[in-house]
Amino acid sequence: MTFVKTKIELSKLNEGDILEVLLAEGEPLDNVPRNAKEQGYNVLSVEYVEGTTHRVTIKK
Amino acid sequence: MAEQKKLSIIAFSGDFDKLTAVFTLGTGAAAVGYEVNIFFTFWGLDAIKQKQGRSFTGGNWLTKIFGFMMGGLKVTPTTRFNFLGAGPKIFRYLMKKNNVATLEELVEAAKALGINMYACEMAMHVLGLKKEDFIPEVKDVLGVASFLKLSDGGQTLFI
Repeated sequence: MTFVKTKIELSKLNEGDILEVLLAEGEPLDNVPRNAKEQGYNVLSVEYVEGTTHRVTIKK
Repeated sequence: MAEQKKLSIIAFSGDFDKLTAVFTLGTGAAAVGYEVNIFFTFWGLDAIKQKQGRSFTGGNWLTKIFGFMMGGLKVTPTTRFNFLGAGPKIFRYLMKKNNVATLEELVEAAKALGINMYACEMAMHVLGLKKEDFIPEVKDVLGVASFLKLSDGGQTLFI
C-alpha cells in the first residue's frame, strides 16, 4: 500500500518535482525505491530518520 | 519492455474482507505498472453503487428490498465473525491502528490509478440496476464474452 500511495502522489507531480516519502523499514523500505526505479523515477536518496522510519527522496 | 503485464479480477463477493482483497491486489498491481481490470458481478456490484448506504435501488419491489439490504461499502459484512455488523467495525479499527488502508481508501486509490472497472450485465439485469446506479468510474457494462476477450493474455483471479 505504501507504494500505491507513493505512485499516486508521484502521478500528481510535474517532471522535475521531488517527493519525500516517510516509510517503515521492512517491506516498504525494500519495495518503494525498487519499484520507483523500475518505473523510471529517479531515487535520489534513502535515509534513516529515527525508530523504524526511513525517508526516500524521489525525483520525477 | 515486453508485453504489458495484465491482471483481471472477477469481483463476485460483496464481503468486506474479500473486497479488501480485490482492491489491495488491484491497486498493488496497478501501482507497479499492470493493466488492471475488475469485473464486478453479483454481490460485487454492491461495491460500485453510486448511492452508498442503504437505499431502495432496483427495478421492482423485490430488487428494491435487495438494494436496501445491500447497503454498499460501509455496511458490508465479513465472511466470518460478522457478529451482526460488529466484525467489520473491529477489523476497520485494527486496520486503522496498523496504518493499513481502509476499503474506501483502496477504492479511491483504484480510481486514481485508472483501474478499469466493469459491471456485469447479467447480474445488473437480475438485480434491476442500471448503469446510472453505479459510480461514474465504471467504464462499461460487459458480458462474459467481452470480459474474457479483454482479460486474455493476463492473469485472472476470482474473488
